[in-house]
Amino acid sequence: MVKEEQEESSNRPDNTAFTQQRLPAWQPILSASIVIPMFLLIGAAFIGVGVALFITSRDIQLQELDYTGDDSEHPCFKCRTNTEKCTCSMTFSIPTLFKGPVFFYYGLTNYFQNQRKYGASKDDNQLYGDLDYFTNPSTDCDPYTRDSKNMPIVPCGALANSMFNDSFSLSHTVNGVQKIVPLDGKGIAWWTDYNIKYRNPTLNSVFFSGTKKPTNWPKPIYELDTTDVYNNGFINQDFLVWMRRAALPDFRKLYRRITHDDYADGLPAGNYTLTIAYNYPVHSFNGKKKVVLSNVSWMGGKNDFLGIAYIVVGSMCVVMSVVMLIVYARFKFAEDV
Amino acid sequence: MLRWIRQQLGFDPPHQSDTRTVYVANRFPEHGHYIPQRFADNRIISSKYTIWNFVPKNLFEQFRRIANFYFLIIFLVQLMIDTPTSPVTSGLPLLFVITVTAIKQGYEDWLRHKADNEVNGAPVFVVRSGSLVQTRSKNIRVGDIVRVAKDETFPADLVLLSSDRADGTCHITTASLDGETNLKTHFSVPETSVCQSVSQLEALQAVVECQQPEADLYRFVGRVTVTQHGEEIVRPLGPENLLLRGARLKNTKEIFGVAVYTGMESKMALNYKCKSQKRSAVEKSMNTFLIIYLVILLSEAVLSTILKYAWQSEEEWNEPFYNQKTEQERNSSPILQFISDFLAFLVLYNFIIPISLYVTVEMQKFLGSFFIGWDLDLYHEESNQKAQVNTSDLNEELGQVEYLFTDKTGTLTENEMQFRECSINGIKYREMNGKLVPEGMTGDSPGGSSPQLMSEELLFLKAVSLCHTVQISYNQSESWLGGDPFSHTNSFSFSHMEYYAASPDEKALVEATRRIGVAFTGCSGDTMEINTFGKTEKYKLLHVLEFDPNRRRMSVILETPSGGKMLFTKGAESAVLPFTTTGEIEKTRLHVDEFALKGLRTLVVACRHFSPKEYIDVDKRLMSARTALQRREEKLQQAFAHIENNLHLLGATGVEDKLQDKVPETIEVLRRAGIKIWVLTGDKHETAVSVSLSCGHFHRTMNILELLQQRSDNECAEQLRRLARRIKEDHVIQHGLVVDGASLSLALREHEKLFMEVCKNCSAVLCCRMAPLQKAKVVRLLKTSPEKPITLAVGDGANDVSMIQEAHVGIGIMGKEGRQAVRNSDYAIARFKFLAKLLLVHGHFYYIRIATLVQYFFYKNVCFITPQFLYQFFCLFSQQTLYDSVYLTLYNICFTSLPILVYSLFEQLVHPDILQAKPSLYRDISKNSLLSFRTFLYWTVLGFTHAFVFFFGSYLLMGEDTSLMSNGQMFGNWTFGTLVFTVMVITVTLKLALETQFWTWMNHFVTWGSIAFYFIFSLFYGGIIWPFLHTQDMYFVFVQLLSCGSAWFAIVIIVITCLFPEVMKKVLYRHLCPTSTQKSQSLSAPQAQALSCVESLCCYQHGQSGCSRLARLLEQMTGQCKASVNNCHTSSRSNRSWSDTENFYSNDRTILTLSPIEASRC
Repeated sequence: MVKEEQEESSNRPDNTAFTQQRLPAWQPILSASIVIPMFLLIGAAFIGVGVALFITSRDIQLQELDYTGDDSEHPCFKCRTNTEKCTCSMTFSIPTLFKGPVFFYYGLTNYFQNQRKYGASKDDNQLYGDLDYFTNPSTDCDPYTRDSKNMPIVPCGALANSMFNDSFSLSHTVNGVQKIVPLDGKGIAWWTDYNIKYRNPTLNSVFFSGTKKPTNWPKPIYELDTTDVYNNGFINQDFLVWMRRAALPDFRKLYRRITHDDYADGLPAGNYTLTIAYNYPVHSFNGKKKVVLSNVSWMGGKNDFLGIAYIVVGSMCVVMSVVMLIVYARFKFAEDV
Repeated sequence: MLRWIRQQLGFDPPHQSDTRTVYVANRFPEHGHYIPQRFADNRIISSKYTIWNFVPKNLFEQFRRIANFYFLIIFLVQLMIDTPTSPVTSGLPLLFVITVTAIKQGYEDWLRHKADNEVNGAPVFVVRSGSLVQTRSKNIRVGDIVRVAKDETFPADLVLLSSDRADGTCHITTASLDGETNLKTHFSVPETSVCQSVSQLEALQAVVECQQPEADLYRFVGRVTVTQHGEEIVRPLGPENLLLRGARLKNTKEIFGVAVYTGMESKMALNYKCKSQKRSAVEKSMNTFLIIYLVILLSEAVLSTILKYAWQSEEEWNEPFYNQKTEQERNSSPILQFISDFLAFLVLYNFIIPISLYVTVEMQKFLGSFFIGWDLDLYHEESNQKAQVNTSDLNEELGQVEYLFTDKTGTLTENEMQFRECSINGIKYREMNGKLVPEGMTGDSPGGSSPQLMSEELLFLKAVSLCHTVQISYNQSESWLGGDPFSHTNSFSFSHMEYYAASPDEKALVEATRRIGVAFTGCSGDTMEINTFGKTEKYKLLHVLEFDPNRRRMSVILETPSGGKMLFTKGAESAVLPFTTTGEIEKTRLHVDEFALKGLRTLVVACRHFSPKEYIDVDKRLMSARTALQRREEKLQQAFAHIENNLHLLGATGVEDKLQDKVPETIEVLRRAGIKIWVLTGDKHETAVSVSLSCGHFHRTMNILELLQQRSDNECAEQLRRLARRIKEDHVIQHGLVVDGASLSLALREHEKLFMEVCKNCSAVLCCRMAPLQKAKVVRLLKTSPEKPITLAVGDGANDVSMIQEAHVGIGIMGKEGRQAVRNSDYAIARFKFLAKLLLVHGHFYYIRIATLVQYFFYKNVCFITPQFLYQFFCLFSQQTLYDSVYLTLYNICFTSLPILVYSLFEQLVHPDILQAKPSLYRDISKNSLLSFRTFLYWTVLGFTHAFVFFFGSYLLMGEDTSLMSNGQMFGNWTFGTLVFTVMVITVTLKLALETQFWTWMNHFVTWGSIAFYFIFSLFYGGIIWPFLHTQDMYFVFVQLLSCGSAWFAIVIIVITCLFPEVMKKVLYRHLCPTSTQKSQSLSAPQAQALSCVESLCCYQHGQSGCSRLARLLEQMTGQCKASVNNCHTSSRSNRSWSDTENFYSNDRTILTLSPIEASRC
């Protein structure tokens, strides 16, 4: 590897900091005298942040309603096994003003959106509005690529096929009169999904001719929201929300926001009725369905974990620095003797 | 090379017959049935690849590596089955690793090609078609007549045809082949030796028949048939007719020879051994760890598969309505399904085996080894040689040495014999400025230009200058054109003569007598000539009674100018003194002992006058013995014994083999580093012991045990038992053991265990009278002993090669005895003293670097893949990846690769000066301690813990899947995975930052740069719809994550949670039970220098500079005392702790002197 006999006189290695391994370097030593104050500082800061986070989280209001109807007393029990269209309603009361904007979520449990085959079962090109893939969807979508007559399905795949199809309406009982709370379906999906990742071809049933709707769907994709052309087809926000797979088997998805009219500042105290068009079957896998009303802070929904974690880690830092201080002191005395 | 291997394996037998027939100058017979034989060309090929076979051959070799093969398998599995990750995720890193390795190997091979080309392209002169043609070395064919000029090396194995001398002889040295530096005379056949010109050679008709090539340098059998005037003359050829490739022509203007063995068939090439692959201890433990990880991987995959089927046994999880199977999946056989699922899990978790580990290790070793060659401290000014790295694979082994085997001559000593003292006629003399000065007299008399020598002195000098086998080489070649050398003797000064001798002692003696005034000026035929103070005297050489190791003396019988017959004998004291009858025998014996004690090599000189009658008898005896057909050896011995008797003692000589600079210091330092030092030498017992004493290998206080001249097995065993008992009885003082070669082979034959037992309890072992193979045997014995210590062998000569190759690490000293040792070594240094820095500093650094590198690699891959494993528990074991494919691919090759590489190149746990000043730090890393199972477990458990924290931290953050964004929107699975990945990259990088002790700008650059690169890359990757990607899952995921405040808070808290116990642990360990390495970290560099000063001052009385520096240090310290009590406290603490650990090992005075001074000052 190294040449044996080089010319005379040129063998002397260079005397540079690099070749002599003498580069200037910072050589920190983690000694108690540095670490103890550092830990104390971090601990104090963490406890402070933790308390702030905890308070923020505590101030967030949350209303959770399970409407699966497993219990025979439950108003939705009748719909549980019913295959026909079925509607049920639940009432609940809000004791104090539910500060707005209020977010309306639906939640499913025991539902594994994160299965590999399930998640891969879609065709991003199709969803990007590429017509080539309308007639010839990716085989990733199997067995939801073509229907029994071998017609291509748009949108293909298990993910789209299993789209959540319960729908909700919320009414406020004001002086004995039911007043519908307006639900805003905009801004519930990621901006980039809505504007870039998913594209419609010109929304016209012509383009969809020769394709079939997903087998579980009551209506084709271009009829998801006939009232609003900007909320129809692949960019229907409910569809987009569903297509973004949840990480864990118990998940929530944003359904609507309550931002309009009298309810822009929140839901006033009072009695409310939630009416559910009950379609989506979950009992086969012991799933639960629920509706969650929540408001958010800058850090999102109600989440005690961060606050607690910061307080715990912060206090541990402090405790440890005290322990170290004791050790250090004893060690020091021992040295002095 | 390949051809050679194939030949060795017998694949393509190139030779049909047992002999080869070489037609000189390729003049084939015009008639007769002649089948041309095919011979190899004269190309030397040490390279492995050619341009054409590089790719397939290199790929083949790389995939023979178990790790690479594993990844190839994974890659193929991914291509075949429906896998969770695309084949690219493992294909790309594999390609990267393969490419980097291929580039490195290609570069090394290119260097070899360049060296080959240099050799093969060297210009040579060949006689072709009647004239001298210059061509390249590679073009020489068997049968070509080659001309070689003085001081050139032979380009092929040649049969000497003629030289410019009338007798057709020439002198060569074979230093580069076997390390022997003396001149050897080779002969040509008289029929060819007359052909001294090209035209004569052109007319020569000759055929050489010889055996097929073989590796033995000293065997050659053949015959030459010269056709002269239609008459065929057959002459035998032997090794003395063969000039070996690689040997050098000396002292002869030019020769002609016919090439018989060329290229890879030459004896030199056949002796070229493929260097055996030595593997370091680190690599071995690395492989063990890999196997453990493979087991972890397999068990994770099996567990996942079983759990998957446990889940699937329930109908609702097997095929929920929203995720139905295809017909094909339903119908496929369950066993096939099971296997495919298992393989899919294997693929999913395969990253737990760190793919880039090997390539990083290799790069680290390759790049890191440059620092050895670059080190100025390992550069030897006088010889202009820097350290040389032949194998970068063993860098870290330098930090693990437990046993050091060193040669004596040329390694510990300079191998530069210097005549020092002599004893003539019972009076001791020493040489001063070219004059002999009797003991007691100071200096020389100023006026005396030609000192008056007594006749005894003169006789002694003459004896020394005549009784030898020294050859002379004249540097002014043109002034001596063969013929009678004596005619020119007086016309040029002696300084143009250079003596060559088989024994350096002889050379030193002849040179000494020349300085004093009795110069040996030449030898031609049977006449020896000396020049005594300007007067030329010619002696007729009648007989030489050659040296042999049994007699241990040699003699010459001369006819003096006056006509008398005289015998001069020179030999070991024990071999000559008993046969002397006159002279100052007792006094001389005393003097010889004195010389030996001083470490001088002694020889005794004696003479005998023959009366004419006696001489006739002697002559007759010798002649009859020499011509005896049976038992010639025996008869010669008898004749010699008869002749070398009744001697008159002339005196004795003392020749010093100077110790190399700083040898005692180096040995002391290495010993304190816990390295046991064995000196293995071919020298005789007395000399070896005295050198051993003078270089500090043996202390004066040591109890020296001897195992010498054992004749029988039982005797040897008895002696060993006696020694073992003595050691047990007397365990307070240190023991040293002296063994000689013969006793050693007895001890090794039957009583290996007992011998080892004795050796282990001795702090120094000296083996004398060792044959080269015995040296290797001793090394192997220790290597294979139950503790399996790491051995290192140092040597400079060809006789050390076997030992160098046998030891774990072989170090060659670039000495005078050729470059054989250097070529076969793993590292080569110019002087023994460099060993201290090479081991204590470089070895220490490399070991720490590589050990951390290996552990960290496993750690970071556990961190990487365990969250993926945990995620399976939450996704029905559906093999869903947690991270995106691109992240899986780039984690090891981009995001976390550079910091560890830079760390492993530049890390310095302790300042180099401190490492050298405190050799005991070397013990901290001995026995592969940083790669012990405990540390491995620590890193693995740490990896798992961190992985749990990453995953469950993120999991808890998601809670019941509350929104984490201020606009109430939800994360998806990819955001979750990216959060875990981000936390991981940061934590893993910072963990290394915590380990880093030496932050150069490069460490800063790559550490913070890696994190920054991760962020920038992710933003870029997630910011674009990639047209060629199959899915756009990651689109804007990273931006969404970063736009969310909670995620930032989560990243901070998870990273801190992972790292703060680490910091805690470090601090507590440092304060509660600090290792000596940690203690010395708190010393600053100047303090370290001062420390080393104190040491050298106290141990070795090394003069003024040390004193002044010590004074300065003390001043500094007292200054500190006044300035701040605290400061003083720390400095005294560090020093005292140092002394605490130290005085355990060294029985010297260093500490005793330092501590009191300090205590009194502070």
